[in-house]
Amino acid sequence: MKKIYLDYASTTPIDKEVLKKAEPYLSSKFGNPSSLHSFGQEALFAIDNARKRVAKFLNSKEREVVFTPSATISNNLAIMGVLSGKSGAHAITSKIEHKAVIEPLSSSGAEVIKVGANRDGIIRVEDIRKAIREETALISIMYVNSEIGTIQKIREIGEMIEEVNKERKNKIIFHTDAVQAVNYLSCDVKELKVDLLTLSGHKIYGPKGVGALFVREGVALSPSIFGASQEKGLSPGTENIFAIAGLGFAIEEIERSDNREIKRLREKLINGVLSSVSGSKLNGSREERILNNANFSFEGVEGESLLIALDMEGIAASTGSACASSSLSPSSVLLAIGLSHEEAHSSLRVTLGRFTKEEEIDYFLEKLPPIVAKLRKIAGR
Amino acid sequence: MNNYYTKETIDRFTNPKYLGEIKDADGVGKVGNPRCGDQMTVYIKVEKGKISDASFQTLGCAAAIATSDVVCEMAIGKKIEDAKNITEKDMIAKLEKLPAVKVHCSSLAIEGLKKAIENYENR
Repeated sequence: MKKIYLDYASTTPIDKEVLKKAEPYLSSKFGNPSSLHSFGQEALFAIDNARKRVAKFLNSKEREVVFTPSATISNNLAIMGVLSGKSGAHAITSKIEHKAVIEPLSSSGAEVIKVGANRDGIIRVEDIRKAIREETALISIMYVNSEIGTIQKIREIGEMIEEVNKERKNKIIFHTDAVQAVNYLSCDVKELKVDLLTLSGHKIYGPKGVGALFVREGVALSPSIFGASQEKGLSPGTENIFAIAGLGFAIEEIERSDNREIKRLREKLINGVLSSVSGSKLNGSREERILNNANFSFEGVEGESLLIALDMEGIAASTGSACASSSLSPSSVLLAIGLSHEEAHSSLRVTLGRFTKEEEIDYFLEKLPPIVAKLRKIAGR
Repeated sequence: MNNYYTKETIDRFTNPKYLGEIKDADGVGKVGNPRCGDQMTVYIKVEKGKISDASFQTLGCAAAIATSDVVCEMAIGKKIEDAKNITEKDMIAKLEKLPAVKVHCSSLAIEGLKKAIENYENR
C-alpha cells in the first residue's frame, strides 16, 4: 500500500544530508562538551557551530541563542522565565495559541488576557494594544497558527510594542512561538522586533528532542530547572549534541529550499477538495496563510473517523475533532475563530512539505471524496 | 498498521454489518454524546418480545461506529429485558479492547439501544 505523509505540521522526517552530517555526534564524537579534553572540546565545537547557524538564520548574536530539549520547553522557559517571581504580573496572549503557550501562562500565576482572532484566524494588532496595562510584563503571540496556518502580524505587533515601550519604565517583553514559520517565513529578530522566539528541530527536517529560544541580550530570564550550568543555566543538563548539531544543519538547509512547488501543490489540493467534495469549506484565511497548510471542515463527517479511513488508504493527516483529543474537547483554535462544535468536529488538517509529490496530492484527491461519501452514509446524512 | 485500534474495531468501522435506517422500526433511539459531539441513532424491530433486527446511523469516530455495530449485533435475538442488560464490558470484549479515552463511545451505543427500547415500550 502507498504511504503518503500529509502531516508535516506535526513533524517532519529528518533530511538525509542533515542526518549524515550529525550522525557522528551519536557515535564517534561522543564527548561531553563540558569536558576540557579533546573529546569534550570536539563536541563543544559542534554546539558552537550550530549556534552560529541558528544565529545567522535569526540575524541575532550567537550568545542570544539558547538550545533546549524541545519547543515546548523553550516556550516554558520564555514564559516562566519572564513571569516567575513577579507578583501581580499581567500577560497578553491570544485565544488561538498552542497549549505549550496557554498552559505555562495559566500556571505562571499571572493574570492572562487572551485576545480573540477574527473569523479568518487573524489577531488584530489593535486588540493587543488595547489590552496592554501598566502591569503587562509579557505578550506572547504565535507567528503561524499550527492548525489553520494563519500568519500573524508579528512585525506590526513588534513595532507597536516598541512604540509603547518608549513611554514605559517596565518594558513589555514580546515572545513569539515561530515553530510553524521557520521553514517559510523570515525570522529575522531585528525585523520582527521580538525579544524571545521559539523554534523546533523536528519541524524543519532536523532531529526530535531539540528546540531553541532566542533571548534578546538584556532580557533576563529566571531559570526553572536547576543543577548544572549548560546554556547559561537556562537549560541545564548534558547537551544532546546530535540533535543540536542536527538543528544547526537543518536550519542552514532552509534558505536552499524552493517552496514554490509546495505552494502550487497546496493550491491544487485546496481547489481540488473544495470542488470535488460538497459541503466542504476551508478554515482560516486563504491569503494570510502559510503555504503548506490546508484545513477543511466536511459537513456531516466526523474528523477522527475520516482520519482513520484515510490512514487505511495510507494517507496521514490530522484533525481538530474532540474524538481525536485526549481531553475530548474540540480544537480551541477552531472554536475561537467562530466555528460551531459540529464544524470543529468535522475538521481535517492537511500539511505538505519538502518531499510531497504531485502524485500524492492526486492520490489524496482521488481517495477523499468516496471516503467522505461513505462516512456520510454511515452517519445517515 | 494502526496500533490505536484493534483489527476487530477497524473491520467493523470499515464494513459495518448493521448500518442504515429501518423504515418501519418498532423503536428508534437518538442519542448525542455531550462530551465529544458524536450522534447516534439506533433502530430496532421487535417480534414476540425479542429484538429481531437492529441497525444504526452514527456520526462519530471509528470507535463510535464500531461500538454501534457491536450493540446492534448483540441486541439481535435477545429478549427485550436481556438487551437492556448489555454492558460496556461485553461490548468492549467483542472488540478485544478500546483505548481508554474511547470507552465512553460504548456507553453511547448502550444508551442508544436503551432509548430505542424505551421508544418501543412507550408506543
